[in-house]
Amino acid sequence: MNAETTANPKIIDPKIVVKDLNFYYGNYRALKDINLSIAEKMVTAFIGPSGCGKSTLLRTFNRMYQLYPKQKATGEILLDGTNILDKKQDLNMLRAKIGMVFQKPTPFPMSIYDNIAFGVKLYENLNKNDMDERVEWALRKAALWTEAKDKLKQSGTGLSGGQQQRLCIARAIAVKPQVLLLDEPTSALDPISTAHIEKLIDELKEDFTIVIVTHNMQQAARVSDFTAYMYLGDLIEFGDTSTVFTNPKRKETEDYITGRFG
Amino acid sequence: MTPMVNLYTRRRIINAAGLIISVLAMAFGLFWLCWILWTLLENGLPALAPAVFTHMTPPPGSTGGLLNAIAGSLMMTLVGTLIGTPIGILAGTYLAEFGHRGWLAPITRFINDVLLSAPSIVIGLFVYEIYVIHVRHFSGWAGALALSIIVIPIVIRTTENMLRLVPTTLREAAAALGAPQWKIVNFVTLRAARAGIITGVMLAIARISGETAPLLFTALNNQFWNSDMDKPMANLPVVIFQFAMSPYEDWQHLAWAGALLITLSVLTLNILARVLFRQSATTH
Repeated sequence: MNAETTANPKIIDPKIVVKDLNFYYGNYRALKDINLSIAEKMVTAFIGPSGCGKSTLLRTFNRMYQLYPKQKATGEILLDGTNILDKKQDLNMLRAKIGMVFQKPTPFPMSIYDNIAFGVKLYENLNKNDMDERVEWALRKAALWTEAKDKLKQSGTGLSGGQQQRLCIARAIAVKPQVLLLDEPTSALDPISTAHIEKLIDELKEDFTIVIVTHNMQQAARVSDFTAYMYLGDLIEFGDTSTVFTNPKRKETEDYITGRFG
Repeated sequence: MTPMVNLYTRRRIINAAGLIISVLAMAFGLFWLCWILWTLLENGLPALAPAVFTHMTPPPGSTGGLLNAIAGSLMMTLVGTLIGTPIGILAGTYLAEFGHRGWLAPITRFINDVLLSAPSIVIGLFVYEIYVIHVRHFSGWAGALALSIIVIPIVIRTTENMLRLVPTTLREAAAALGAPQWKIVNFVTLRAARAGIITGVMLAIARISGETAPLLFTALNNQFWNSDMDKPMANLPVVIFQFAMSPYEDWQHLAWAGALLITLSVLTLNILARVLFRQSATTH
């Protein structure tokens, strides 16, 4: 099966290369020999039914699983050629390079301004002016500036769901990461907010490499350049989004995207 | 058709019976509470003269107030809270945020649960044994110490529970930015749980402001004005105990006034805690 799945699209100069990645929740093997490459400054989507391992795969890229003692990953994930699964990899520096946005908006219980400054302060010692500029830059990038500029001192939890999610995106990019991981970023949002975020993803890929997990196949088709279809911990098919959706190589992929399954 | 109708009727009867029993149970509980409040108001309100707040506890037969007892209660409650709250919050934070591995947290949690339900007289006796006997006199410090031992398990429990209510994704979001754990706990989770923790502290204050048994062995009582925590200290619960049991009518009146004061302050604290918690619940 592997030979077939790794009939990968030709990605020249990938940002992330995953090699023989296995992932375990205790004894349960949730990812099985995953091999794939993430193209720089492109959008790669992971799709598949619940429990297929797409979020698990995403969470290995910033080693989120390390918060939980019983989870572990084996294999290699190369970020610009460096194996980030290596024990010597500094976790905080890794997470400075790889930002993440979650399914449910997660504004911190502090002001909009402080929400964004929180991450920046971890890595940089900016004076008031520079910090103001950075906050504005991040909010503009996340298309939230016009709505938020007059209430920077107000609590981030007072924003609407869609605004909260854009705040979280602003917070993630304020650190100036290279890669942005989006874990079902719109599944808790209404259609209009979803459209906002999708438009934003399109703009953000100019600066960032984006990996998005989504339950919504239309969304994957709309926003991504590459799509990986996963099922039960296996990477079934990976290729150009247009190819995967119009001319899938594998029967399982076709069944899933045509709605005959999942 | 008929079996279904029968089933439905049966269900309605059971539902009605259940409802009646629960309403009766509620009414039974409320009845006693109202009676207690009514008796307190009936006896306490007439005794609640301005002199209660300006005069010391009198000898039998003369007039006086409860000023020294009120002041003593406030001081010991304050000190007890100040000692107990930081320890409780820190320990609760450990249990919720750090104690995921190993045996220390489960054991601490178990012991804390035991402490939470320990009779307060045992705590009074304990402080008497380890402190009062060694310094050879009753004191405000000993009283405050006993009260703080009652505060700690309550605050530990609420802090842990409130931190557990903070969604995991919030911790993950902070970790995903590369924040070290101490920053996640300090600036994100503790902040998110702040209102709940403050509520817990207020409930702990409410609890200790009516405690009598631990103070009997520790602060004892004092007929005169005393702001020295190293001397025996008057306090409302013990004064109520002493005055209410006495044959003197003046003392009995003062005891009612004191009881009303404690009840009102506990009631206020409880209402404040509820309002505060509700406000925080709506902003999340």
